Order: sequence, then structure tokens, then C-alpha cells
Amino acid sequence: MTTEQSAPVRTGNDVVLEARGVTKHFPVRRTAGDLLARRHRTVHAVDDVSLKLRRGTVTALVGESGSGKSTVARLLAQLYPLTSGEIHLGGTAVKAGRGRSFRTYVRQVQLIFQDPFASLNPVHTVRYHLTRALRIHDRAGNGEADLEKNLAALLERVQLTPPHQFLDKFPHELSGGQRQRVAIARALGADPQVLLADEPVSMLDVSIRLGVLNLLRDLKERLHLAILYITHDIASARYFADTTLVMYAGRIVEGGDSETVTQHPAHPYTQLLIASAPDPDRVADEEAQEETGSGEPPSLIAPPDGCRFHPRCPKAMERCRTELPPRFDLADGQWAACWLYDGTGAEGAAK
Amino acid sequence: MTAEPILTISGLNVDYGTGASGVRALRDIDLTLHRGEVLGLAGESGSGKSTLAYAVTRLLSPPGVITGGDVHYHRPGGESIDILSLTPDELRAFRWQELSIVFQGAMNSLNPVHTVHSQLTDVLTAHRPGMRAAERTARAEELLNLVGISADRLAAYPHQLSGGMRQRVMIAMALALEPEIVIMDEPTTALDVVMQRQILRKLVELRERLSFSVVFITHDISLLIEFSDRIAIMYGGRIVEQAGATEIYRDPRHPYSEGLLHSFPALHGPRRELTGIPGSPPHLSAMPTGCAFHPRCGKAFEPCPERVPVLAAPEAGQDREVACWLPH
Repeated sequence: MTTEQSAPVRTGNDVVLEARGVTKHFPVRRTAGDLLARRHRTVHAVDDVSLKLRRGTVTALVGESGSGKSTVARLLAQLYPLTSGEIHLGGTAVKAGRGRSFRTYVRQVQLIFQDPFASLNPVHTVRYHLTRALRIHDRAGNGEADLEKNLAALLERVQLTPPHQFLDKFPHELSGGQRQRVAIARALGADPQVLLADEPVSMLDVSIRLGVLNLLRDLKERLHLAILYITHDIASARYFADTTLVMYAGRIVEGGDSETVTQHPAHPYTQLLIASAPDPDRVADEEAQEETGSGEPPSLIAPPDGCRFHPRCPKAMERCRTELPPRFDLADGQWAACWLYDGTGAEGAAK
Repeated sequence: MTAEPILTISGLNVDYGTGASGVRALRDIDLTLHRGEVLGLAGESGSGKSTLAYAVTRLLSPPGVITGGDVHYHRPGGESIDILSLTPDELRAFRWQELSIVFQGAMNSLNPVHTVHSQLTDVLTAHRPGMRAAERTARAEELLNLVGISADRLAAYPHQLSGGMRQRVMIAMALALEPEIVIMDEPTTALDVVMQRQILRKLVELRERLSFSVVFITHDISLLIEFSDRIAIMYGGRIVEQAGATEIYRDPRHPYSEGLLHSFPALHGPRRELTGIPGSPPHLSAMPTGCAFHPRCGKAFEPCPERVPVLAAPEAGQDREVACWLPH
């Protein structure tokens, strides 16, 4: 264990991983027309994203498919090089290349994928997957007995008990929830400080999703992990995350405490997202849900000027079409990138 | 209920494979769809909900076998058709005309090398041989408008449309011949919530206008409560509870229904600690004895592991059914 991790437990406020103005553009294959026009087109997957992951807290990143939320996770995991911006781990800027520096980085920051059916190798046992994670990150200990003890500890941590029942199983012998637990155990094998969970439960059966979310929350509390929870389900963000960020077309449009963001959404896109989520209680007040806007997310090759949401926004003003809204701070740490809140301070948030 | 039935399923059994390797996917399904109703079918993966849709439409492909039961379709005049004994020709005429189906992942069920126009008119060519080409095109335009897509997209290929538009094209196609029943198998699972709501709103509106009946299959029970009239909940190949949507929501009787409802975090109201359901859904080849839910049920008692509970009204005269040994 490093000295940093054996330090006394700190409160939930120190930032472990931070993204500052992170941008990622993917080049588009050039057509003959592009060559003639000397044009380089790019997909603006992620633009100017800044976020902080704090020890012992869960941060949710909510957005539709194609909004760039998974790209953010991959950028934070240093799987892609950044187009611009910086990633800070424990206060220092890191740029992990490949090889040793990458391995040092992933020891701190681990990624969990959406599909445990695909992220575990079907021809290897649970023991193989976990042993490999421990060996790579030098945590296997000395000798067979130590390894066995560490393997059992990992499985117990993800509530796969008794461990000996699971160690020699192949992925196909496990249920979806158990597989995802093995994937989480493998990530914990590195003893990381940050867990990036990219839609960790959306492939799982409804009745076992909460079990996995509750496990992640338990890990956050016991191991003081900083967790980034990427999801399209804003109700689960409210349930599971301390802070919530909402992403639209490559930009973060709103952020704040989960309860505030879901109960008093400020940005019109967040309002649309919440109005669209299935809600059994709505049956009673069916009429109260109009004017939330419609349409589809824009093309990211040529994103709209100004606010990227303006073509769909029911409250769009002239200014929204041309000027990119900056971040406006509202009450209780909530903020929104929307011109509606220009100069009005906190009053708009209550609406 | 006063509404007349349009589709009655009784004692339906479906196996995958035969002999020692066979597993039973559906067990003694009794279900009635009424005219003009949206019937929600909820359950987790492996509960048999898609198998039920395939069996009812006779689309079940081997090794799936219907081993027993009846499926009757009732024409508006009162004439009743036994779907399971239709000949291939009759079946071809029956599908699309009387009953159509929108498949799971419908976004990918369009042929990528044909235009929307040729795929929409294909149904009409096959079923309305007397129709002229211009009439077919006019009908296709009308159908696209119906689902909120402008008619100039007829010439488009599927890859030129977004996922939500492709899904709506599939719905338009299912409505082409104005069927009496539309079966939707997870029609919006691959879509975002915003698009999902737009499509479902469209569907509700179309149903009011064209008055067809819908069987809506999904795992998202909170969506069903909002959009359907009645809900049947499946577990381990059986229907464990069926009741009106609000009854299920306010007063679920089966512990599994209750567990499912508590598996979806709420957007409003107090933040509660949720637990989901312990354990995982049973595998078809190793179905627990008695009530299939008993190993995961917090309220299981003596009869549960031994005897299969019958689906019956908890109290005489009630318009709901539950299959559970608990005294309700």
C-alpha cells in the first residue's frame, strides 16, 4: 500500500481527480469534397468539460446516448489522448502515455464497463481475472497463501460469498449481477482511488440493479472511493449520487447537488429530461406536462452555434443562437449554462 | 369488465427443445386482451414475455414448440378464429391485417438497402393486390405523417434516419393495414427517454384515433403504469399477477410485483432506501419447485416451495388476479 492510502481517513471534500476544460474532437474521414475544399471535419464529442471527483462521493454524469458521457469516462481513464485541457490526479496534471506511466495511472483510476458479458473473458475463470489484476498491480502478496487470501478478500468486498464457490467459475456460470460484481472486484484489485462506472447497471435485470448500486455506495463509504457514475437514468442519479452533472451534445449544461438538480432543474434540457422520465405518479396530473420541447440532439460534426440546445429549447432567445452561455451560479451550489440565468442570480432556480 | 375480448389465450404452454434437454418457457398462460385496451406485459429477461408474443403470433421458431393451449382471436362481428390452427396461407393473411408486431430492436429490423418507401409499400403490395402504385405511395405518405415524419423522407434509406425515426417507421408499418391488435415487444428500450416519451405519446394518440388494442411488452414497469390500462406481470414463465395499472401501483399483491415496483428509484417524493430483490431470476432449466419466486421471496412460508399457487382473484368478485399463497 502506498503511504497516501494508509493516511488517516479524510473528509469527503478533497478532490482526487479533476478535469479542466477537457475537449475531445474525433476526426471524420475526409471525402473527395472535403479534400477539394481543404476541409477537416471533426466530431465535437466533448467540449470544455470541467469536473471534480471528490473522495467518498458519487458524482453522476447524466445524458442521452451520443451526448459524450462515455467519452468523458474514457478520457478520464486516459484511454484517449485529449484534444485540449488537462486532467489532474491528486492535484498534479497527468498525461499518461502508454507503458509504465499508464499503468501507474490506472492503478489509481479504474474503469468499469457497461456490459459484464463482454468485459470478462469467457474462456477464463474468475480466479484468473482477479489474479491477473492483483499481479499487474503488485498486490498479489507473497506466495500462494497470500494470493488466496487476497482473492477471497476481493470477492467478499463485492459480496460474492462464500468466495470459494465463485473463484473457479467461468463467466457464463454466473448471473449478470454476479458478473458485474466480478468486474467491480477486478477494478478493486488495483486498490484504486477513483472508480469510473460507465452505465454499470443498464445491462442488468431490473430487480438486481439496485443491489449493484447499493454495493457501489457501500464501497464508496468503506473505501472512500471517488466514483463517477455515468447513466442515462436521472432517477437513479437522484437515488445514488451526491452530485449530478447533466451533459448535452458534448457539454455539461447543469450541475449541483443531486436532490436540487432533480427537484428544481434549472436548465431547460434538464427540465425536458425530467419531464420525459417515466413516473407512475404522473397519471394523476396528466395535463401538467406540456411545453417541454421535443426534437433530437444535434449533429456533433456541425453543432449549433451558441447554446447547443437552442434549436429544441422552448425558451430560446435571440442571444442563445449566437452566444455560448457561460456557467451561471445559482443557489446551493447549483449552476447552469443557460442565458435565462444571466444576472438573475439565484431566483430562477426555484422555478 | 364490460369490454369485449379480442384475444383470449388459455392454458398456453411453450417449450424450447423436447425430451430431456427441453425447458418449459411458458406455463399455463391465461390472458385476455380486450378491445381498445393497452395491456402491459412486464417481467425480467427470461420471464417469457417475448416468447409469449412470438407464440401468439405463431412466429416461434424451432426449437420453440407450442405444447398446449389455445389462442383465439375474435373478429369485431363476433366470429372467433383459432390462431394456432391457421394454415400458412390463412396465417399470412391474418398477420399485418388483423395483428401486427413491432419487434424488440425494431430500429434494426429495417432493411438497410431498401428505401423507407419500398419497405412501407411492400406490406400493401402483398396484402392489397388491387391497389395501384400511386395509391400505395399516397398511403405510405399518410402513414409517415401519422407518426410525425414528413413525407419527403420516403426516399430515405434507414441509415439516413435517426433511431427514433426508424422506430416510428416501424410503428407506421405495423399500422399500415389498420390491424385490430398491435403487439409491441420492447419498442422503446434502445431509445432515449425524451424520444421514448414522444413515441409513446404518439402511440396513445393514434390508438384513440384508430382504436386498436395494444400488447405492450417491457421490463420497465414504471413506464407501463403510466401508459397501460391493465398490467400482467410475468415471472419464471407464468403470470403471477394481473390487475389495473393503478391497482398494481397503489396496491401490489404479489411480493414480486412489489419488489419490481421498489426496484425503480422515484424522481419525486421522499428519497427512500431501496433494496431491489435479492438473488437473481431463475434459469429455465433449473426452475424452483412450487412458486418459482419462493427462493427470493421474503414472505415465503410452508406451501410455497411445494405447491404452485393458482392465478385467481384474491377476493370473490374482484377484477384482478394474483398467484400467491399469502392470504390477501
